[in-house]
Amino acid sequence: MSSILMHAPALVIALPLLAAFVTPILGRFNRKTISWLASFTLGLTLLLTIFIAKQVLTNGPIVYVFGGTEIGLTLPFGYSMPIRIIFQIDAMGIFMGLITAVVAFLAAIYSISYMEQHTGLDKYYTLLLLLATSMFGMELTGDIFNFFVFFEIASISSVALVAFRSTISGEPAEAGLKYMVVSSISALMVLFAIGLFYGQYDALNIATIASVMQFTQLDKIALILLVTVLSMKAGSVPMHMWTPDAYSEAPAAITMVLVAASQASLYALFRITFSLYNVTLNTITVGWIIIILGVLSMFIGVTMAIIQSDIKRLMAYHAISQTGYMLLGVGVGLAVLTNPAALESYGIKAMEGGIFHIMNHAMYKGLLFLTAGSLFYRTGTRDLNRMGGLAHNMAYTATFFIIGAAAIAGIPPFNGFASKLIIYESVYQFNPLLSIIAMLVSILTLASFVKVFHSAFLGPQLEHYKSVQEVPKSMVLAMATLACIIVFFGLFPELIVKHIVHPAVMALIDQARYTATILGGI
Amino acid sequence: MHIGLLETGSGYWNALIWVITAVIIGIGVLWLRNKGQENYKKNTDQTKPFLSGNPEVSKEDSHVGASHIYWGFTEALKKYYEPLVKLHTGNINDYSGWIVLMMAIIFIIVGVS
Repeated sequence: MSSILMHAPALVIALPLLAAFVTPILGRFNRKTISWLASFTLGLTLLLTIFIAKQVLTNGPIVYVFGGTEIGLTLPFGYSMPIRIIFQIDAMGIFMGLITAVVAFLAAIYSISYMEQHTGLDKYYTLLLLLATSMFGMELTGDIFNFFVFFEIASISSVALVAFRSTISGEPAEAGLKYMVVSSISALMVLFAIGLFYGQYDALNIATIASVMQFTQLDKIALILLVTVLSMKAGSVPMHMWTPDAYSEAPAAITMVLVAASQASLYALFRITFSLYNVTLNTITVGWIIIILGVLSMFIGVTMAIIQSDIKRLMAYHAISQTGYMLLGVGVGLAVLTNPAALESYGIKAMEGGIFHIMNHAMYKGLLFLTAGSLFYRTGTRDLNRMGGLAHNMAYTATFFIIGAAAIAGIPPFNGFASKLIIYESVYQFNPLLSIIAMLVSILTLASFVKVFHSAFLGPQLEHYKSVQEVPKSMVLAMATLACIIVFFGLFPELIVKHIVHPAVMALIDQARYTATILGGI
Repeated sequence: MHIGLLETGSGYWNALIWVITAVIIGIGVLWLRNKGQENYKKNTDQTKPFLSGNPEVSKEDSHVGASHIYWGFTEALKKYYEPLVKLHTGNINDYSGWIVLMMAIIFIIVGVS
């Protein structure tokens, strides 16, 4: 057993990838079993991710060399730099891996009933498994070209999943096309930046490039390309416009995974700025660029959300707005990276707030999109103007919505409050105005979700929804699990911050350790 | 480490104390509510809303739709919303244009810094 677990980093990728190719074959014989196969595989992947997390958080970073004579041998005798594909899993990488594992597993569970009546389920689950595989790859790899490959797989599978539902008016296909265009642009730019690194340093391993980074003009161009397209893929304003289209048209469970996929791009942005460039770049300038993108995303995202009447578009704009908090927190950390006193005083805390918010957002936004999916499942509409009084018949969904809405609005004691409070207090020491804007955005977020709750759930039972029933058990189970995580993180945030978030932040900041893990010298 | 005690940078936050406080206040509110009007009679005119003497509309018709909520807010911020909504064209050419524009802006900022 221990010899199998030694290969856990490879298995996290291999299991869903294998299941993705088995699914269409199995689907030819028994259509119903494929949803269970996907759920089982992603459940197993979740267990493996938890195992890796325990290893990383207890013993430090793990390296896994593919095709090498030894798993941990990054530099064989006579080599000055690693040439094989290496997974380098530190606390930040596995933090993201845990989010992906939870979200992908619950998406599969939710889909068992949600997608039951749809055709083409073999393709749906194949794409879901491929998307999960690619997200794990983006988060665990230590090789920048390998990152690009997974980035492409994530884009292709996401595009197909966004366009999965076919409607007469063709909105999903249109949203998929738009997502494909912006994804192609971003992939090209990432590839171009990788070419610039390879041309200069003859290396593709992130730690190796970081160790010889000279911040030349070409490195500056690579940085600009990567910051722009990765923040675009994270849904940052003003490059956010694909987000409401893609998030609203994808099936609900996929939207939840798409949120985590966007966060994988956000992770890549942080990995590039902290682990690859670190203090070689002008941290104040780039930090402020990220902060301004964050503030724009927070404010424009929430104000655009308030005027929406399509429940999923409204939530998609909130996803943009919440990404702003993460950019703000981590941007402040980057801006003070070269100032040890400020970093110690509030920079690390701001980053803890931003990174903790990534996990919290994945949970409550996932829950909110699932409740929106439940409403669509029973009413057949996303239009809030046509809804009303649904709490009478969908008590569980209404309860889960309240938990998700309270969490996103930063109401105690839910998880969103804990991460937002850390952001408010630490960012206030950096610049009070930024903190005040963040608080104002939370108030507007609450106002927006009060509108959704009133429109969809409150009021008298409408005649045409009198026969509506609560959603099936698998959908309730997925939502209940997320609700429990939200409440637990809200009641015991210090456990998560101390044991998972703080090590993740320190892994980002400590570039020397990141490079030494591969090149030796610890 | 105290259970539930989160260091926030400038202070502390304990969700468990908040929950206990909220429960105590909630019990107090319920107790106060139960001491309410003694002459209250259920299913009489006392329980009906008073709309300046106008007849009450049916419950189904009284539900305010999503588009009508915060009408005043959006009307007051019309000058902010009109250009903002216009920017969201839904046209993929514009989406790509924003990426190029942002790339150019970041290029200038990073280039001169």
